[in-house]
Amino acid sequence: MRSRWSSSSDPAADTGWTDAPARKGFFTDSSICIGCKACEVACKEWNGIPEDGLQMLGMSYDNTGGLGASTWRHVAFIEQPRRATGAPGLTPLPMFAATSGQNSPAAAAETGIRWLMSSDVCKHCTQAACLDVCPTGSLTRTEFGTVVVQDDICNGCGYCIPACPFGVIDRRQGPPGARNVGIAQKCTLCYDRLSDGLTPACAQACPTQSIQFGDLDELRVRAQRRVEDLHAVGVADARLYGADPNDGIGGAGAFFLLLDEPEVYGLPPDPVVTTSDLPAMWRTAAIAGATLLAGAAAAFVRARP
Amino acid sequence: MTAEPLPGAAAGMPQRRRRGGGGRSGERLMVPPATFASYYGRPIVKAAPWELDIPAYLFLGGLAAGSSLLAAGADLTNRPELRRVARLGALAGGAAGTAALIHDLGKPMRFLNMMRTVKPTSPMSMGTWVLAAYGPLASLAAAAEVAAMLPRPVPIAGRLLALGARPAGLLAAALAPALASYTGVLLADTATPAWHAAWRELPLIFAGSAAASAGGLAMLGTGVAQAAPARRLAVGGAVLALTMEARMGRSMGLSAETLRTGKAKRLMDASRALTIGGALGTILFGSRIRGAARVSGAALLAGSVCTRFAIFEAGQQSALDPRYTVVPQRQRLEERAAAVADRP
Repeated sequence: MRSRWSSSSDPAADTGWTDAPARKGFFTDSSICIGCKACEVACKEWNGIPEDGLQMLGMSYDNTGGLGASTWRHVAFIEQPRRATGAPGLTPLPMFAATSGQNSPAAAAETGIRWLMSSDVCKHCTQAACLDVCPTGSLTRTEFGTVVVQDDICNGCGYCIPACPFGVIDRRQGPPGARNVGIAQKCTLCYDRLSDGLTPACAQACPTQSIQFGDLDELRVRAQRRVEDLHAVGVADARLYGADPNDGIGGAGAFFLLLDEPEVYGLPPDPVVTTSDLPAMWRTAAIAGATLLAGAAAAFVRARP
Repeated sequence: MTAEPLPGAAAGMPQRRRRGGGGRSGERLMVPPATFASYYGRPIVKAAPWELDIPAYLFLGGLAAGSSLLAAGADLTNRPELRRVARLGALAGGAAGTAALIHDLGKPMRFLNMMRTVKPTSPMSMGTWVLAAYGPLASLAAAAEVAAMLPRPVPIAGRLLALGARPAGLLAAALAPALASYTGVLLADTATPAWHAAWRELPLIFAGSAAASAGGLAMLGTGVAQAAPARRLAVGGAVLALTMEARMGRSMGLSAETLRTGKAKRLMDASRALTIGGALGTILFGSRIRGAARVSGAALLAGSVCTRFAIFEAGQQSALDPRYTVVPQRQRLEERAAAVADRP
């Protein structure tokens, strides 16, 4: 099953970068996200992303909807009805008990709900389907191990869009006159800021350090410790998402700590890079082509007078 | 494996709905879970932003490929009428298909950026190169037919075209199998549930559909005397496509539902009826009655159009409903967990 086109956990080196810096990434710890959307705003401001719809969506405090060509950070809001204490997936966060915060057992008992908030972003996959299928080479792997669209090369074929197992990348529709309309757009992990040694805008703006930026190896260690700490204080639902280098995408460069199953946040529970099946698909196409050729030949051979 | 009719994605609050089966007790899940969680019922993967240009191209490219194979065979077996129809069909299909592809780009002026790189990991890149090589060859072969049809012979160019037509036509035919079948990989190599789940069949269905449509076009434009190979190709292609469609319905799991509902179902039903009818008409009357051969040919062409649009539509629908993304993945996880639990 695991016949990947590339399998290393150092995608920058695989791509041919020499002396590349350590792979950079995000660890988004949703257990301390307060839903302030500072990340969404900072991202829009820094990257000069046009407005892409101002509608009331009827989804708790989420009127952003989801990631897209002009939304590179998206904060999900989930109001879960509180069941019996200790029910899986509904444990209140005890670390706020002392301060009687929104998620404290006391608050949860009063409101009858628990809040889940999480800031979603491009995963910068180790095995990135968007990059694999891009026919122009516009999608590229940077020296930081991130995946970036080169705006001047993309011709808007749109193939990366259905290829992404997370539904992240999209083609910018408008508004008319806006930059890069007609081409694919997504999070660059602030490639320009990274190149100058700065922290990406969203992580910089995050007031609770829910979004942590750094070397991926270090973030993974930190995240593992955080999960263990949460388990130790009774938050049994805490789990990492995208942190395993042996998952279907070779591990995400931007991974998450979640308090419920991924699909609750709109994330696929077991994403797999579609190109892992591509060698087998090409073999099937070769069989199909050979069948067609043989059939056409047979049609004439048998018909010969 | 049949899927129960399930309620659509949650419209209201995202809730953790209980999943069926005994995941925690380590029992293997034999039916898809009846419920699943989602974020307000929103799609997880994004549907391809492609307009109807793309399914139209799937058909036109297949028609061109099949026609080039027929044209090459007709050329080698001295069937000038069949050769002319097939070469012109290849040109028309290839040119219209290429136009549809370019029209669908977000930046059509940047079409040539496709030529910056050759990427085996990108079916679109490989397909572009096949099409780029195929187009001029098929055009040259067709240009010779056009030159020969002119009332007065073209002095030098006409001679050159006549000389070049056979090698160009044969080379186009050599590329045709790739042109007809890569489009199956193009759709399958995505996270679109119904397309990816059908990767074992799509290239074979598209190859069969290409043969059926090219045979159908040749039957429309050629007298019954020279069209015998076209009839055989058409019937063979129809059988291949229909067989593989049946296998696809069984192998793709939950997302096969999208072929059995709504617009995709209507298109699939039409495709099946037209393809079966066209093939039967070809077998029964194709060699004897010109009118019946024409009707059968038209039915096969229409059937091929419906096949492409049905599969395109099913994929788009499967991307819009998170169920087709979540449920099979959840099932995969539970099966993996069960396999670990079963281990002694």
